[in-house]
Amino acid sequence: MNLKNIKNNLFKDYLNSTISTMLIIGLFYTAYYLFLYFIVNGIWNGDADTCRASQGFCWSFIRAKFQYILVGLYPDDKLWRPISAFILFIGFISYIKHPKNWSSKNFSYFVITLLLCAFLIRGGFFGLSLVDSEQWGGLLLTIIVAVCGVIVAYPLGVLLALARRSSLPLLKYLSILYIEFIRGIPLISLLFMSAVLLPLFLPEGVEIGKLFRAQVAMIMFFSAYMAEIVRGGLQSISNGQYEGAESLGLNYYQKMRKVILPQALKVVIPPTVNTIIGFFKDTSLLVIIALFDLMYTAKASVTDPKWVGFSLESYLFIAVIYFILCLMMGNYAKYLEKYLKKENL
Amino acid sequence: MKQKNIIQIIILFFVIAALGFVIYNTQQKIAAQNISSGFDFLQDEASFEISESLIEYSSFDTYKKALTVGLLNTLKVSILGNILALLLGILIGISLLSQNILLKKLCQSYVEIMRNTPLLLQLFFWYAIMNSLLPAPQEAISFAGTFFSNRGISIPWFEFSSFSWSYPKFKSFNFEGGYTLSLEFVALLFGLVVYTSAFIAEIVRAGLLSVQKGQWEASKTLGLSAWQSIRFVIFPQALRVAIPPLTSQILNLTKNSSLAVAIAFPDFVSVANTTMNQTGQALEVILLILLVYLTFSLLTAAFMNWYNKKISLVER
Amino acid sequence: MKFLSIVFISLFLIMQISQTVKAGTLANVKKNKLIKCGVSTGLVGFSAPNSKGKWSGLDVDFCKALSSAIFGSPNKVKFIPLSAQQRFTALQSGEVDILSRNTTRNLSRETNLGFNFAPVMYYDGQAFIVKKKSKAKSVKDLSGATICTQQGTSTEQNLAAYFRKHKLKLKVKVFESFEESTKTFVQGACDAYTSDKSSLAIFNVKFKSGFKILPEIISKEPLAPAVRHGDDQWLDIVSWTVYALVAAEELGLNSKNIHKHLKSRDLNIRKFVGATKGNGKALGLSKRWSYNIVKQVGNYGEIFSKNVGKKSILKIKRGLNNLWTKSGLMYSPPMK
Repeated sequence: MNLKNIKNNLFKDYLNSTISTMLIIGLFYTAYYLFLYFIVNGIWNGDADTCRASQGFCWSFIRAKFQYILVGLYPDDKLWRPISAFILFIGFISYIKHPKNWSSKNFSYFVITLLLCAFLIRGGFFGLSLVDSEQWGGLLLTIIVAVCGVIVAYPLGVLLALARRSSLPLLKYLSILYIEFIRGIPLISLLFMSAVLLPLFLPEGVEIGKLFRAQVAMIMFFSAYMAEIVRGGLQSISNGQYEGAESLGLNYYQKMRKVILPQALKVVIPPTVNTIIGFFKDTSLLVIIALFDLMYTAKASVTDPKWVGFSLESYLFIAVIYFILCLMMGNYAKYLEKYLKKENL
Repeated sequence: MKQKNIIQIIILFFVIAALGFVIYNTQQKIAAQNISSGFDFLQDEASFEISESLIEYSSFDTYKKALTVGLLNTLKVSILGNILALLLGILIGISLLSQNILLKKLCQSYVEIMRNTPLLLQLFFWYAIMNSLLPAPQEAISFAGTFFSNRGISIPWFEFSSFSWSYPKFKSFNFEGGYTLSLEFVALLFGLVVYTSAFIAEIVRAGLLSVQKGQWEASKTLGLSAWQSIRFVIFPQALRVAIPPLTSQILNLTKNSSLAVAIAFPDFVSVANTTMNQTGQALEVILLILLVYLTFSLLTAAFMNWYNKKISLVER
Repeated sequence: MKFLSIVFISLFLIMQISQTVKAGTLANVKKNKLIKCGVSTGLVGFSAPNSKGKWSGLDVDFCKALSSAIFGSPNKVKFIPLSAQQRFTALQSGEVDILSRNTTRNLSRETNLGFNFAPVMYYDGQAFIVKKKSKAKSVKDLSGATICTQQGTSTEQNLAAYFRKHKLKLKVKVFESFEESTKTFVQGACDAYTSDKSSLAIFNVKFKSGFKILPEIISKEPLAPAVRHGDDQWLDIVSWTVYALVAAEELGLNSKNIHKHLKSRDLNIRKFVGATKGNGKALGLSKRWSYNIVKQVGNYGEIFSKNVGKKSILKIKRGLNNLWTKSGLMYSPPMK
């Protein structure tokens, strides 16, 4: 950018110049203080007392609590398992994320990868010892809940959307009732329901674990939002497509499976990813029903007598984790949007 | 046609069976363990205090009144929050299209940071920050009769009963007189507003972009100033595109206000929670929570639909 | 045809689910080889996990004692952390077999919630804590103060009732979680914090004696394990496990010396260790049940001192929780 550009952009007129000047001063000021806070006064080595004495960011807190915040109480000697599961998962994701790699064969590989990850984390057979779900925690648990939630809720959402546009009035109204009900209430009340009411709904002797119940609530919640996104996609498909498919003599299942859904789902990929981001963020509410998710471990690590009072560090650390993961998904959505637009031209 | 009916009957059968199953089990458990049920508890004495209330309330009052207090608190934070979030969101949405690259980038990073971190985390964060930055009430920062401390913001308030201004004064523990916005309320409101405004800003930006360039040029040739063309030409058109997504943001803010329970603001869910713990009647209390939020949602949706119709009529 | 078969399969499934046998808790526990024990999410001294996920505390040791009584090993327990709000439904619905989660016994919980409480494990009472530099010397000085507390307990009611009775002005901040409420108090946004006295001791450990506990105890909080209504055998086992812990201390038996008493001449001790025809059969347990408890977990005095008393970081005095012979309230009916 040359000088002229800067002048045109920032100091075009009186108002702009004022705003720019104020912003520049403000930014320098903030940058200076952040630099002082994080770097100059930051404590890298040393214990809690050194940190308390200093004015800066306590990096040694992050170092001490790194493992706990990320994986919770997962046994030390088996840490390689979630790590390799994570690498496997990320590796496959980065391969399959390009639309040109989308195929039904790769999809089944994806499912196998997920099963493999689940096996690595949980164990229980083939010589790997069992790590009970009570020992999962932190980012690990958050990712598990999010991934399982998306995998189950996505097809459910598609079915709900189809039901909502169905010609059967009963099916249609039931699905409207479900979707609007879930969308009308806060997630927190749904989680309360899963935590306190669901056990009452089950017969004597039948019970489901806390984590699983919460997972069910998350799936119910997410599927309703997903359904609305997919419905938008279905509506964007022109009538000609429906009629064309019918004139070919396809039945309802064939028509949807082969003609309508592939187009409709493609159209709504960007909003779908945005909804997934929202869902990922919403998993933080699990802390309210005392599940050991990322938010919980972040809060719990500052109740350790040794490290009391470093909530700012803790919150900032997980904020960065959430931010990076969400930003990556968001950028992926933007990339897909561009890619699909180009493809359609 | 016949096949369709069969499918419907089967679906109906399943739904009724599932509902019956749930109701049967619940009744069985309630009966087997002698758990009390019904809404009679609403008339009982609540016997717990609520820290802030828009109406007179004491621990002598009934659960019904306590829940009303919670409901009003939820309304207070949602209405104020929505208004402020809209204002801030519009401001940032316009700045997102500014030609001043610095301002634009700054607003973009604001939107990204807010949208990509969980609201609950932000609420905890703001609450922790306010708690550690603001001084004890003895050493409150005072500014034009207003006091900032870790008990909240105490402002002078016009007393209608005595028809005079009442000023906050520090007495042994807290400020008395004037009107005190509690720290929890401020943190919740602030958190909800900054979070939602980022989403609103994006909607506003998309709405403004949807207005054709010709409209800007036309209003310029009419001799309208920048402000006038935004106010009278661009904005009404952008609004038409923005209303449906705005509606869902308004609803989101209202529903998100239920996170108040995490930072001790006595909203409806928080009071209901206490009620549930004291009476043990989880089923009834959760039904009340669902009912309240569904009503909110329906009313908001109805209002926004009406508004949407109204502005599209004005257009033609 | 296709639809009919679907209907049949679904009906079959529904019948399958509802046909689960309704058996007693002891039978279920024995079948699963596991006691599902509801504990708190983290209250030092009563039930808290360490950084490796190992649970410890008074409430935890009680479940271990129960496991020793039933299985002859203290480790057949699955600890299920419950928030204050979840604990009651968790017990009602059968998610846990026993609630050992610093829960106050009172009439409405025993009737409205459908519970039975075992004998008291810890006599507690609600108290207040303030910062050392605070001017308040008693609760009466706290009029107009902001007080932090946690939701989901009887604390809120006691607080309101006490302030009402003494015509004091009250401002409460009620948090959903214990961690957030204590943190807010420590940061100074509340003038006092109130909870069961036993849970206030941790402040001076964590924050290097910067706090003082006010003298008043404003309520009675007998903390006891709870089970579901209508299972007398299970209630008996749970109750007598508490009594066995106390009786062992009365008899002078502890984990170090109990094996020496296997050949004791004292009839009470002989019954307790199962050397003579003991009490096990009547409860549906082995004859060594009480011996196992003391051998593997210890007597009441031992677990008290290990978790909350002298040998713990909390250093709480026995007080009401001492034996009746030492002017406390711990008293076991004869075990015969």
